[in-house]
Amino acid sequence: MAVTAQDLSRTGSGPVRSERDDHELASIFTAYTVSATFWLLFATAIGLLLAFKFGAPDFWAAKYLTFGRLRPIHTNDTFYGFASLALVGAAYYVAARSCGTRLYSTKLAWIGLWLFNLAAIAGTIALDLGYNWGDLEYREWPWPIRVVFLAALLVTAWNLIATVARRSSEDIYLSNWYIVAGVLWTIVIATVGVLPWYQYGLGQVAISGYYMHNAVGMWFTPLALGLFYYAIPKVLNRPIYSYALGVLAFWTNLLFYPLLGGHHFLFSPLPWWLQTTAIVFSVAMLVPVWAGSANFLLTMRGRYHGRIESYPLAFLFVAVICYLVGSTQGTVEAFRSLQAIWHFTSFTVGHSHLTMYGFVAFAAWGAVYALLPLATGKNPGRLGMAVHFWLALVGVSIYVIALSIGGTVQGLDWVHKVPFIQSVVDMEPYYLWRGVGGILMFLSHIAFAWNVWRMTAGTPGDAASPIMDPSVGKEVIEREVVA
Amino acid sequence: MKPMLAIFGGALAIYVVIVLLIAVGPAIDLSRTPAGPDVQPLTQLQAEGREVFAGNGCGYCHTQQVRPIPEDQVFGRPSAPGDFTYQTPELLGSERTGPDLTNVGNTKPSDVWQYIHLYDPRAVVPESIMPNFKFLFRVVDKAPPGETAVPVPAQFAPARGVVIPTQQAKALVAYLLSLKQTPIPGYSMNGGMGGMTSAAPSPSAPASSAPAAAGAYSYDAGKGEALFTANCSACHQTTGEGIPGAFPPLKGNAAVDNDDPTLHIHTVLHGAHGVTIGGVKYTSVMPPFAGQLSDADIADIVNYERSSWGNHSKHVTTADVAAVRAKGK
Repeated sequence: MAVTAQDLSRTGSGPVRSERDDHELASIFTAYTVSATFWLLFATAIGLLLAFKFGAPDFWAAKYLTFGRLRPIHTNDTFYGFASLALVGAAYYVAARSCGTRLYSTKLAWIGLWLFNLAAIAGTIALDLGYNWGDLEYREWPWPIRVVFLAALLVTAWNLIATVARRSSEDIYLSNWYIVAGVLWTIVIATVGVLPWYQYGLGQVAISGYYMHNAVGMWFTPLALGLFYYAIPKVLNRPIYSYALGVLAFWTNLLFYPLLGGHHFLFSPLPWWLQTTAIVFSVAMLVPVWAGSANFLLTMRGRYHGRIESYPLAFLFVAVICYLVGSTQGTVEAFRSLQAIWHFTSFTVGHSHLTMYGFVAFAAWGAVYALLPLATGKNPGRLGMAVHFWLALVGVSIYVIALSIGGTVQGLDWVHKVPFIQSVVDMEPYYLWRGVGGILMFLSHIAFAWNVWRMTAGTPGDAASPIMDPSVGKEVIEREVVA
Repeated sequence: MKPMLAIFGGALAIYVVIVLLIAVGPAIDLSRTPAGPDVQPLTQLQAEGREVFAGNGCGYCHTQQVRPIPEDQVFGRPSAPGDFTYQTPELLGSERTGPDLTNVGNTKPSDVWQYIHLYDPRAVVPESIMPNFKFLFRVVDKAPPGETAVPVPAQFAPARGVVIPTQQAKALVAYLLSLKQTPIPGYSMNGGMGGMTSAAPSPSAPASSAPAAAGAYSYDAGKGEALFTANCSACHQTTGEGIPGAFPPLKGNAAVDNDDPTLHIHTVLHGAHGVTIGGVKYTSVMPPFAGQLSDADIADIVNYERSSWGNHSKHVTTADVAAVRAKGK
């Protein structure tokens, strides 16, 4: 790259921030959000088609539309297209604002956006052509494509760290701990996932267990939590309940989370100690999960009314609840006795949607609704947000409940040793309900796209400012609000 | 810079240390796991088939790991570390929308069955929700020399022409048939395609349980039907009519509808290959069930077959099965 650090950082040192900087930050945030929205629509349209195929396996069974090629396209594009871009776009805004400075480099942010998109597009094409790196979940892309994704992460880390370095105060606001550390951890994850020397046979199984859970919990979780720590106080116009609790959650998450990946391979030929370690730390994860969730919920205390009045807050509230419930469910699933029933069943698909959708996607939407209007000066419409919120919430509820019940039925069929095909037959109604939930979820994404249009290029809607009146609610804490 | 170094540097350093300890270190060690007894590297064709398997995402619905818990016994013995030495990329999987395939080469050894099933899964398993893989086949007017047409049942076959597997389909089937668990001393072979036994006899002492069971046996029609569904119906079909030209019918079959049960029991115990039934020669391979089903289970299956679809022949007892088993092949 023929760009030097000086070119990238237009002005000298110091927290200079001009109108032009605000404008550029808004366009970066907008570009990432619009890109993420495209991937959301594409990846969930694929998801809907996959759900339909469970009831109509011969529908569009041709080579490029076969289930097994589309399935990783759905997961990878929601992960690396939608969620990553939505979270990184909002993270840039949060980093710059919470540091009271401008973004270190607009150019780097654009390069990062192109690299993320390049990886997702190339990955989609490769998977559809039948080129993958084994059915290794969330790292199916051929390795050169994953190196492009890694490059996007490096660019992002550089830009975020340099932005934090320009902050106006000595302290680093907690959001930036989560955001910057999340990107750094993911650089490690992507590197470990791509290097081949220790990935033969069972060795690769150990890496798969590590990778598939760390790619979720050390990437999406810290970024989403970083956005919570900024967006929730911002919307409520009051400070976070406890900064110290947030710090505790940060370090315990770091110490416990990386150790639990092996719980994807309980009862596998992986060493028993590795599996037991994973179970122990799955339980330990209750500490950061409950500490973090309590912190967010206590920040919202006394504002139950507001949760209904303000859709940005409603999205963030659902995200916090799903973080709490989904993570706790993950701990429970890791026990050997329950894993023996639920593992390999659709229950785990329900779990991954409760967390990736209920938690991560709702967090990204909440952050976009809370912050994008502040960046662009354009609010979405209230009706548009209401349609998005209720369709998504009802849809994901149907989805998760159907697969949780169905997965349990499936697991019990196996325990009772009925012929295997019976478990396929018994799943039929639950697959159908999954599709019903999926349709509602997909429709909600169209509403989201419409709302994004109104917050960016289109005519603004009638929603009030995402920042709520601090006098609403029983108790008002007289302290400086972040940023 | 100080707080940045402490927070970001600290968080990164701690993470790297944990990752080396929990993931990279164990992976280096596990990558050196020696192959189990008789575990062989794949041939070139099988390796090609493995790529077809992975590239088309078969691993998202089919696991390849058998857990040491009772419900997994139907898929074979528990997977051992040495089973995976030549399996890179790994295909252990995380979902069982369809059955585990660890031992499918032993339980469904017929390439004809595999071809029909890939061409249209519902041709052999009506309730299946697996997509068809017709794109791995060609439809031609007449099978070219050296090629064998797949005997797809008429109802599922193309209106005209015959179905020929492509190179990819041949490689995939070669790979599927290579998925065979090798015996490990001390592990019992419970493998079966949905076999439902909870107390499978060890292959080294096949008849050990027979005397005790002989007195207690009484035919359980429900269990017989379930065992038949789990182990036999994929080929012989729930109608007992088989697949014309591919798998023989049991309905009116001379060995089944016969008061001398010896050949019937012998076939279930030891399998069959290249037999002529009702004037039709069948090239398909039938797997042996002696290693995975007990005498009582086999008696239930045999009796179910002997009293269904219009068959009316004398029921057998576990003692009859034990006697045929004792004689060996």
